[in-house]
Amino acid sequence: MPDAHINSDAPPMEARGILTQFGPNVIHENLDFMVHTGEIVGLVGGSGSGKSVLLNTMLGLKEPEGGVVRYFGQNRDELDPETRRAINNEMGVLFQGGALFSSMTVRENIMVPMREHTDISPALMRELADMKIHMVGLPPESAILYPSDLSGGMKKRAGLARALALDPKLLFLDEPTAGLDPIGANAFDELILGLREAMDLTVLMVTHDLDSLYAICDRIAVLVDKRIAIADSLAVVSEYDHPWVQEYFGGPRSRAALSAGGKKSD
Amino acid sequence: MKTKPLDLPVLALHRVPMLATTAEYSLEMKGETLIVHPCGRWTIEEAGQLDGRLAKEVSKLTYRHVDYDMSRVEELDTSGAYLLARAIRYGVTEAESWNVCTGSQGQKTLMSAATSAVLGQEPVAGRQWYDAFARVGQATLRFWNELVETMAFLGHFFVVFAKVLVKPKRLRGKAIVSLIEQVGLDAAPIVMTLSFFIGAVIAYMGANLLASFGASVFMVDLVGFSVLRELAVIITAILLAGRSDSAFTASIGSMKMRQEIDAMTVMGLDTYEVLVVPRAIACLVAMPILTFLAMMSGLAGGLIVAWATADISPILFLNRLNYAVGVENMWVGLVKTPFFGLIIAVIGCRQGLAVSGSVESLGQRTTTAVVQAIFAVIFVNAMFAILFYQLGI
Repeated sequence: MPDAHINSDAPPMEARGILTQFGPNVIHENLDFMVHTGEIVGLVGGSGSGKSVLLNTMLGLKEPEGGVVRYFGQNRDELDPETRRAINNEMGVLFQGGALFSSMTVRENIMVPMREHTDISPALMRELADMKIHMVGLPPESAILYPSDLSGGMKKRAGLARALALDPKLLFLDEPTAGLDPIGANAFDELILGLREAMDLTVLMVTHDLDSLYAICDRIAVLVDKRIAIADSLAVVSEYDHPWVQEYFGGPRSRAALSAGGKKSD
Repeated sequence: MKTKPLDLPVLALHRVPMLATTAEYSLEMKGETLIVHPCGRWTIEEAGQLDGRLAKEVSKLTYRHVDYDMSRVEELDTSGAYLLARAIRYGVTEAESWNVCTGSQGQKTLMSAATSAVLGQEPVAGRQWYDAFARVGQATLRFWNELVETMAFLGHFFVVFAKVLVKPKRLRGKAIVSLIEQVGLDAAPIVMTLSFFIGAVIAYMGANLLASFGASVFMVDLVGFSVLRELAVIITAILLAGRSDSAFTASIGSMKMRQEIDAMTVMGLDTYEVLVVPRAIACLVAMPILTFLAMMSGLAGGLIVAWATADISPILFLNRLNYAVGVENMWVGLVKTPFFGLIIAVIGCRQGLAVSGSVESLGQRTTTAVVQAIFAVIFVNAMFAILFYQLGI
């Protein structure tokens, strides 16, 4: 039982004292960050502040030059391969462009992780893949379409369906609403909220979409000055005394999104 | 029935290890209602062993409502919920309603997501038996379309090329020079090396065959004719087709994928003028030069082998070459090169522009470009051979 090694009560993802540098160029220094079970955390930061690098570090695509990353309370570097694999199955990622395999249909894309990590029959795999397609709000016909036949929003949904293939506990979203129209972006936000409720997800999303920050994030983590300066609820973060944060949350776009978000929650 | 939940703690205590590792269920009929009592971990790890069991068992039962008692479920994910939801559909008649009587809000939401998927529309079938025939038909059509489109491309290219020649200002000098470097200069070492070895091998063959009847000196004719008329040209053309065509298709194709071509068109740039003409000119210039270099190194290969194996001194080799083969054979070889250069450039660019959105099509088109170019080069070379034979050249 691989799950025996995973302590579901510990925070799903935790980074301590992360140091990232490319040559002499320091990206993150002494960065601390933690995601608690069941919350949706939005990660914001200016362009070039290293959000994507941080995401890659937390996913394990990049090893940090210093510091530790813990999954479910266990140090990533000390995991045995079996536990590491089990933990990897507990994580789903939606890459920015969907990163669907272009030589496979949507259904086959979703079946890839299932085929790799479970022993269920192909027929059931197909049905489960179709269910995931249904859950992310794609029409059933899209199961047999290739990624090149999908629109941007559909690709994101299909990518999300693949990320959810193994029912992960922790979901990483890289700019999930970028490039979607407001209606599509709203629907996507709703979808994430619904899925969190249904599947008990913990979500970490890198985003620039202020509407989704206000609408669905429980906490907002701000990446400035090479570290996570603050990670707290919107009310606290927007009061934080830092020029970039003030500009970010005090700008006209932010105020517009805030008033819209306020209306929605009423 | 009511005593059942009371039994539970004792049962659970006894079977803690079992419950922690497997998923089980029991069914109970109460009037027209089927009550499903799942227990344990209904997750994707268990889906393999659960698959089909519930659906098979309920298929003998008649009921109109399904109740789910989730009180003993330790963990539920979408796969588990999906398998449970099958109970709604696979009875003798489809159930009219369902309900999660005990369970968390999350489990209820998950079950409603799963049931709507189970009850949803049947997805479209993927493949049919007649697909193989359809594919043959499509391949035939595609072959024909390729031919027509390549011809149309060639025509379009000539029109644009003529326009550019009339207004030489519109030539993109920098691009052409850089392409000539890529296509010509960078390919020179490999072309010369290959040709050297080919020349040497021809000479060896001649040495073996001709020595047996004391006509070793004719190996000069053999090397001279074969290298000058055919081999140097063909080797260079095939190498260029493999090397530069793939590069043309890949670079133009990835530009197409990233919408750079669309951006050019919108800005009023003619893609033929910007992309195709410079490549064609580069090939037109590079191909004869490369071929000439290949001829020289091929002859050098032959010369060295002749010297080493048959004691034909370089002076004798060159004299004989001049007397028996002559410079006109070099021209016969070189006159074909602009045609090959053009074929290579046009096929590479056309395949590049035909790339569609997917990564796979880029790979496919690159392969097609190289295959088509090599095929076309050999085919046209054969046409030339017939032509020269008829003309007595």
